[in-house]
Amino acid sequence: MILLWLILWLLSGGLLAWLLSRWRAVWARWVSLFFTATYLASLVVIWILSPEAEEAGPGSWLIDLNLSWIPNLGINLHLALDGLGLLLLLLVGVLGVMTVATSWTGAQERTGFFHFNLLWILAALAGVFMAMDLVLFYLFWEMMLIPLYFLIGIWGYENRVYATLKFFIFTQAGGLLMLLSILGLYFAHGNNTGVYTFDYFQLLGNTVPLATAIWLMLGFFVAFAVKLPAVPVHTWLPDAHTQAPTAGSVDLAGLVLKAGAYGLLRFLVPLFPEAAGRIAPAAMILGVIGILYGAFQAYGQTDLKRMVAYTSVSHMGFVLLGVFAWNPLALQGAVVVMIAHGISTGALFILAGDIQERIHSRDLERMGGLWSTMPRMGAVGLLFALASLGLPGLGNFVGEFLVLLGAFQANVPIAVLATLAFVVSAVYSLAMIQRVFFGPNREGWDLPDASPREMGIWVVMVVLIVVLGLYPRPVLDTARPALEALQEYAAAGEHVEVEVGEASWLGSTAHGSWDTAVDGVDGGRP
Amino acid sequence: MEISLPTFDFLVVAPEIVVLITALLVMVVDMVIGREQKGRLAWVALVGVLAAGALSYYLWDGSDPALHDMLAADGYALFLNLAILVAAALAILFSLEYTGRVGLAQGEYYTLLLLSTAGMMLMAAAINLMTIFLALEILSISLYVLVGLNRAERRSAEAALKYFVLGAFASGFLLYGMALIYGQAGTTSLAGIRAAVQAGGEPSALLLVGLGLMIAGFGFKVALVPFQMWTPDVYQGAPTSVTAFMSVGAKVAGFAALGRVALYAFGDLQGDWRWVLAVLSALTMTVGNLAALRQANLKRMLAYSSIAHAGYALAGLAAGNAQGTSGLLFYLFAYAFMNAGAFAIIIAAGRFEGATGGGETLDDFAGLAARKPGLAVAMALFMLSLAGVPPLAGFLAKLYVFGAAVRGGLIWLAVFGVVNSVISAYYYLRVVVSMYMREGRPAAVPAPVCAGLQVGVALAAVAIVLLGLWPGPIVDLARVAALALLGG
Repeated sequence: MILLWLILWLLSGGLLAWLLSRWRAVWARWVSLFFTATYLASLVVIWILSPEAEEAGPGSWLIDLNLSWIPNLGINLHLALDGLGLLLLLLVGVLGVMTVATSWTGAQERTGFFHFNLLWILAALAGVFMAMDLVLFYLFWEMMLIPLYFLIGIWGYENRVYATLKFFIFTQAGGLLMLLSILGLYFAHGNNTGVYTFDYFQLLGNTVPLATAIWLMLGFFVAFAVKLPAVPVHTWLPDAHTQAPTAGSVDLAGLVLKAGAYGLLRFLVPLFPEAAGRIAPAAMILGVIGILYGAFQAYGQTDLKRMVAYTSVSHMGFVLLGVFAWNPLALQGAVVVMIAHGISTGALFILAGDIQERIHSRDLERMGGLWSTMPRMGAVGLLFALASLGLPGLGNFVGEFLVLLGAFQANVPIAVLATLAFVVSAVYSLAMIQRVFFGPNREGWDLPDASPREMGIWVVMVVLIVVLGLYPRPVLDTARPALEALQEYAAAGEHVEVEVGEASWLGSTAHGSWDTAVDGVDGGRP
Repeated sequence: MEISLPTFDFLVVAPEIVVLITALLVMVVDMVIGREQKGRLAWVALVGVLAAGALSYYLWDGSDPALHDMLAADGYALFLNLAILVAAALAILFSLEYTGRVGLAQGEYYTLLLLSTAGMMLMAAAINLMTIFLALEILSISLYVLVGLNRAERRSAEAALKYFVLGAFASGFLLYGMALIYGQAGTTSLAGIRAAVQAGGEPSALLLVGLGLMIAGFGFKVALVPFQMWTPDVYQGAPTSVTAFMSVGAKVAGFAALGRVALYAFGDLQGDWRWVLAVLSALTMTVGNLAALRQANLKRMLAYSSIAHAGYALAGLAAGNAQGTSGLLFYLFAYAFMNAGAFAIIIAAGRFEGATGGGETLDDFAGLAARKPGLAVAMALFMLSLAGVPPLAGFLAKLYVFGAAVRGGLIWLAVFGVVNSVISAYYYLRVVVSMYMREGRPAAVPAPVCAGLQVGVALAAVAIVLLGLWPGPIVDLARVAALALLGG
């Protein structure tokens, strides 16, 4: 039941924050902080105690909860948690606490509703990372849209209504196509086996013919590609990220994009292994295009938040590349990129928010020379810019390097192209720091440096990204059983479709390589 | 000499009788109470509707009794009765203050409302072409008058005239179709027609033309493209509480009869009518949604949106399987709450404009979240549910009918539905944007919202959340209802 309680805990926290804010606005902040912090704490406890969890499911599943919901339609309330889900839930918790903390002085209007939305986004995301019933998954998937929509639309910046509508329509379109695919899978599987169910585990290894499977897979792919985002369906992202309030940008970049990546890992490939294999090269190329295109776009921006937003496009390209390379190295890399990008980009958005709060502008032309007046923020900014460009020793490097290693095994030319990312990301990251913190202080800014609250946020984020860079082992160990299981699901599903003996794109699932993958990057210096 | 009277089992039609008696009661009470006490008529009407609802629920014991091949009290009728009575009860709650404000004659208003409710319920129960037609006329004639009841408003009179003329035309179509079918089958009983259809191998042209004409007649009632021309003008011109009622009730009744005729009487000719309904469904949702995109008046926008929803619901019928039928029923039930609720908010918003009317445009809704947070939350829920956002009722309803369409091999129709849902999200969200993200002017009349309306809105809002999260009981009921129709 703990999984359901986690979600309900956040939902009720949101309601309580809204209610209490009627008396005093600041109560909404304390309530939200309390609920997100306790949520995070309980997850850490689960993480530490996971081997002894009482409700442990089979195999790599730590906790499993399956309740009947709408039996007539074969819909269950099925929540389950494995290492991959656990890591993402932890990320939800960390960034949840950070978003509450970073908006402590913001959102003066309708504070209660703001925190309600904040906590409901987190709850919906927690649901997405645990749902093992496709309808339940879709439900949470769409549920996170609504509070985000309000968050951007009400507390966003000048062009917020346009941004929020565009965001909603894009993701809604993708989501509905996924819904169609879910229905298609439901009936295709039902017709073959006589069992009409939306349950993930029962749909694994489905025997849908390849021609149908490709269409069904594409429905999922569009939904996940929009969220991820992959070029060319990324255009909602720069607008939404730029116009969102800081908390919204952090949630979007840090968490919502991960839902797309998670969907690819958990659902798309295991459910349609053969069909996914067919589009793997194309998807990897899309990933590389995203990496390079995002980087070039980022360099050309004059708006700080828009710039960071495009770096997200670039980083998430690595995830797409890693998932479709589908070997142990690349998958571990993709997971680490997801975590590291959540922290580093979240931090950069918080930085942009703090600067905006001080100078009321996101215009890079008006910045410059801020280091002299805000040295502490400058140092932090530099650190996360370095993380973003992939400096060894920081989290992003581990992930991106692993992805490249894995991609190299899968497809050499694509991997070579993707490696260019390290050059271009250095260019935009350093250009960003140069334009914000160095150079002459043209506008004569004299600004207060980071407050203790802000420093508190920074310290946590810095510690996390450094630990992830230097000692990624706990993360990799947690993710490994889950990823191995996903590969087994996919391989098992593929054997149904592919004749034995035929070369398989999933061929490189030799278990020995898992250990070398972990040992190889220990300490971030393979 | 002995006269044998036909046995008449009153229990079969007890709910309908209760509603009719209440209508008469309202008329009588109207004559004896003073002018300033007319508001109490609403409570009489409400008690009658609730009693009818309780009766139809508790009298139903799983058997499907019929009254002389004329009316049936089967699961199908029961389920639709519930939806119709929900719409009527909500409409009464929404009318409490509105009728007084707009200056509608309350005695007539509630009498006609109950009469048309009875007509709708009879239509859901009718298993004979004659009873279908009589029920349709009872409901339609009451509605014609209700639409034109606001004599101070020119648009109301125009709407009534338009609705009447086109409605009479549609009745003519329906009757002509019935005549052709009767001519071929030799009976007006649906069971008889079913037998005739099953008996004769190749379907005769008369039967098919008759069915086509009947589809056109019902299509008018439920506003299917290309029979939807009247909808925006009538919905906009009619008193808003009437629109709330008819946009739900008339549709439920129309679909009820269409479902019985198509699925039961002509069940064996599925191959002949399914594609027609599928094409109509796709057309209807597309035209409705595209037209709704451009509307600034909410009543008009919701009128087009109701056309689109008729299209979605029809997809369930076009699927032609048990799942599609129960999907259609669930859709109508969910739709009753969300659509009536949305009109209720328009009624409430009109309150702040004084007696001038208004409160119907997107601009009037600007900043409603700051002025009336409760109303804004409810409206946002209704809009999101209409748009089909989970976990609200509208989502599950769409999932149900589109799922049935996929299962029935109409994947293209499900794709149409999905694309349309995306289009519709745009205009539903515009209302939310207006309420939450735009600055509004202060209310012209800072009046409190009527308590009865608040209760109604709260009930509708809770219902669409519950139907989305815990649909089990209603889904079960819808399934039983569909089996009563298809299995019989």
